Amino acid sequence: MAQEKEKEVEVQSLTAVTVRFAGDSGDGMQLTGTQFSDTTAIVGNDLSTLPDYPAEIRAPAGTLYGVSGFQLHFSSSDIHTPGDSPDVLVAMNPAALKINLKEIKKNATIIVNTDAFDKKNLNTAGYEANPLEDNSLEGFKVIEVPITTLTTNALKDSPLSPKEVVRCKNFFALGMMYWLYNRPMEPTLDWIKQKFKNLPDVADANEKALKAGYYFGDATQQFTTRYTVEPAELPEGTYRNISGNEAVALGFVAASLKSKLPLFLGSYPITPASDILHFLSKYKNFGVKTYQAEDEIAGIASAIGASFGGSLAITTTSGPGLALKTEATGLAVMTELPIVIVDVQRGGPSTGLPTKTEQSDLLQAMYGRNGESPVCIVAATRPNDCFEMAFEASKLALKFMTPVILLTDGYIANGAEPWKLPKPEELEEIPVRFHTDKETFQPYGRDENLARPWAIPGTPGLEHRIGGLEKANITGDVNYSPENHQLMCELRAEKIEKMKKFIPDLEVDGDESGDLLVLGWGGTYGAIIEAINKSRAEGLKVSQAHLKYLNPMPANTEKVLKNFKKVLIPELNLGQLSKLVREKFLINVETLNKLQGLPFKSIEIQNKISEILGGKNGN
Amino acid sequence: METNIDEKEVKLTAKDFKSDRDVRWCPGCGDYSILAQVQRTFPNIGYKKEDIVWVSGIGCSSRFPYYMDTYGFHGIHGRAPAIATGLKVARPELSVWVATGDGDLMSIGGNHFIHTCRKNIDIKIVMFNNQIYGLTKGQYSPTSEKGKITKSTPFGSVDYPFNPASLALGAEASFVARSIDREPKHMQEMIMRAAEHKGTAFIEIYQNCNIFNDGAFTTLTDKETKADSVITLENKKPMIFGKDNNKGIIIEGFNPVVVDLNDGKHSVDDLLVHEETDESPIRSFILAHMTDHPGMPTPIGVFKQITKPTYDGGVAKQIKNVTEKKGEGTLKDLLYTPNTWEVS
Ligand code: SF4
Repeated sequence: MAQEKEKEVEVQSLTAVTVRFAGDSGDGMQLTGTQFSDTTAIVGNDLSTLPDYPAEIRAPAGTLYGVSGFQLHFSSSDIHTPGDSPDVLVAMNPAALKINLKEIKKNATIIVNTDAFDKKNLNTAGYEANPLEDNSLEGFKVIEVPITTLTTNALKDSPLSPKEVVRCKNFFALGMMYWLYNRPMEPTLDWIKQKFKNLPDVADANEKALKAGYYFGDATQQFTTRYTVEPAELPEGTYRNISGNEAVALGFVAASLKSKLPLFLGSYPITPASDILHFLSKYKNFGVKTYQAEDEIAGIASAIGASFGGSLAITTTSGPGLALKTEATGLAVMTELPIVIVDVQRGGPSTGLPTKTEQSDLLQAMYGRNGESPVCIVAATRPNDCFEMAFEASKLALKFMTPVILLTDGYIANGAEPWKLPKPEELEEIPVRFHTDKETFQPYGRDENLARPWAIPGTPGLEHRIGGLEKANITGDVNYSPENHQLMCELRAEKIEKMKKFIPDLEVDGDESGDLLVLGWGGTYGAIIEAINKSRAEGLKVSQAHLKYLNPMPANTEKVLKNFKKVLIPELNLGQLSKLVREKFLINVETLNKLQGLPFKSIEIQNKISEILGGKNGN
Repeated sequence: METNIDEKEVKLTAKDFKSDRDVRWCPGCGDYSILAQVQRTFPNIGYKKEDIVWVSGIGCSSRFPYYMDTYGFHGIHGRAPAIATGLKVARPELSVWVATGDGDLMSIGGNHFIHTCRKNIDIKIVMFNNQIYGLTKGQYSPTSEKGKITKSTPFGSVDYPFNPASLALGAEASFVARSIDREPKHMQEMIMRAAEHKGTAFIEIYQNCNIFNDGAFTTLTDKETKADSVITLENKKPMIFGKDNNKGIIIEGFNPVVVDLNDGKHSVDDLLVHEETDESPIRSFILAHMTDHPGMPTPIGVFKQITKPTYDGGVAKQIKNVTEKKGEGTLKDLLYTPNTWEVS
């Protein structure tokens, strides 16, 4: 433990801070970031996170492409994004510094692990001279800490090997940051105890490293200011910090409980969707069956089998997997069985950018199947919205006997934020009725929503056959007649259109008409809201609406859009919603497209708004 | 064997399993016999009609579910084992069957097939092997012999066929059997055995496609030749075949050799005794590969049957155990975990 000594510490109160932890992919930065976020949530700040990690699990040490980062924005007021540019960068090595330097604020604080700034690491990162020594960091507030040495000193009595000891340095850095931002260590200490309960030496070492970091902050003369960020004024309620992937998982379990149907997940591991499989496989005592299939196709095929058997059946994947599920999705369309397909979008095409975010699967979801093959498409806007949209997707699939594609993306799937928990009794029931009456049974008979009856194996007298061949309406017999095929194609499309009656209207934030509406969809919500708020603060008049239902779109969409002179659609693709909107409503739209594997910064949208409305650019 | 038939219930007959759809296979197709033997056997497999599901892929064989008056699912090419797996895992109390062909199962569905076997999903896979693509009009299939001349291989195919029994054994299927469309009694017995087996059961049925590959199995079905070309596997019995039961199989090294029981040098006691339940895969592999050697008879019957826990059973058991330990989960448990905080 560092020697405690008296020093003058100024305490400064901030409203919002953006911190970025960065290091080698083996440095444990994701863990450090997650711990800092969880603790920050518990002390009551609003927060939003952006994990940004390479596709390689352990990229060669010290390389630029091996840098793993975790950004966290926390605040005493309501926030919507992980922050455009960090105020503080914790750089565990030269590569982490180099990669992130252009991202951080001009006067940002940089805490560096000086031990990692040796010749070898500097070379690997492509530095000719040590940036800590050549004034290239002028303007930044650089705090140099020999984190590795201090960690090793603190753990000199540990039975762990020197290599394992060095691995604890992320906890030292975390402890230091806890001190700096006045956060309690207890949540992390509890977590360590729980996580390493079978490895007492590791638990002990991590605990010591964390405390050593904290006390180092307290003792060192390098830190003369400590910061506080007061709890945010969030609406009353019980909260927990949640990532999009976990929220998706919970949404489906909740839908299973409310529909009284067992939940079945057929899935194949794929970044960044695998966490949904991990979470769901824990809920055995909720009757959840998770099937890790041999491939993406078996993932959805097994879900279709389970749906035929009467389960709430889902499959989870990312873009390349959705491509593989194409034919089977068509089978679910043809057999009119309820399934939910979750696509956690990532950069494409092909393997693309597995760990980076994008919104480029909208058109694949919409059109990526043979034949006229309409499905319902919904999209979640932020991590905590994933719960509601998974629940909603289940509800629609079951009500209309149809596949529903739920689009999220790598950013909201891995990002986390506080979530105000719904009261169990407030969640609506999802009524499901299996058909059991022999007299009235027609496999492709239809209710007022055009949904066919769900008659599951085990029901006496209702033995029937369905499949991928065209079906005669009502009887469900195989039928190739020209009139019937046209009718069925139209019915399947009409069924999706009928959902409009059950989905909420598109809401406009701001004036109902005017010069500019910013129309977003899915995970860009936070960045758009922040851009709108800032634009308004600069005196610009701009309205905003966000689509969560992409197929069908809400009934009032056209009316909303036509009340504005211009519509701006920012999306992380080359203009996919723009295409749909132009085609559907015959209006022109302005586009703002970003394909960098990263979410929008609010400033990028704000600048575009300014440009359109003739305001001045932000910076 | 598990049975869920109420004693008092009316006994079902083959007719009860006939659906009201016209059967549309080519006249003379071996598929008719398979359908008839299934319909004859099913009243006795111990399941109510409504608890039986036939799942299929694409191909002539995959029209099978339409003709059975049970629940049926005509899937997409190759995916029947995956669809059936989802259904069985979700509903372990059902009797789930897959009707498939050599193209459907060995080619496009190969991956699903081997993983179904590996996981020991309790489904029954009946593969109609006609060694040709019928529904797409006559291309060579993954079980066609090398050198096969078809529309897509006018100069003869240059690749090697799969040996389905060997593939199933290699994928650790717990039940592997073979029968022939022209052996109705034998086929019924194999279907019954598969029905009784708990775990993945694979039956390969040699099926004549009289349109595109007529006579592929003639030596095995022709009265004149069949006795010398087919050997029927019977558990714990020495391996005897031939018109006058005058031939037998012995093992030399790891190779099967045909011996004449009348040559004065060999007796029944020297012959290989069939052991279906042998845990070691060696015997069953030797049997599966007998078809590689010219002059060796083709075995029909059960190559292997072993008992091991099923995947679907394992899933159900885990759910039961965890639920007993933690109690049935409620919405409150789901949402209100220990890491929450209050804002007031
Ligand atoms: S094409 Fe061959 S396999 Fe298909 S139905 Fe006709 S005879 Fe049978």
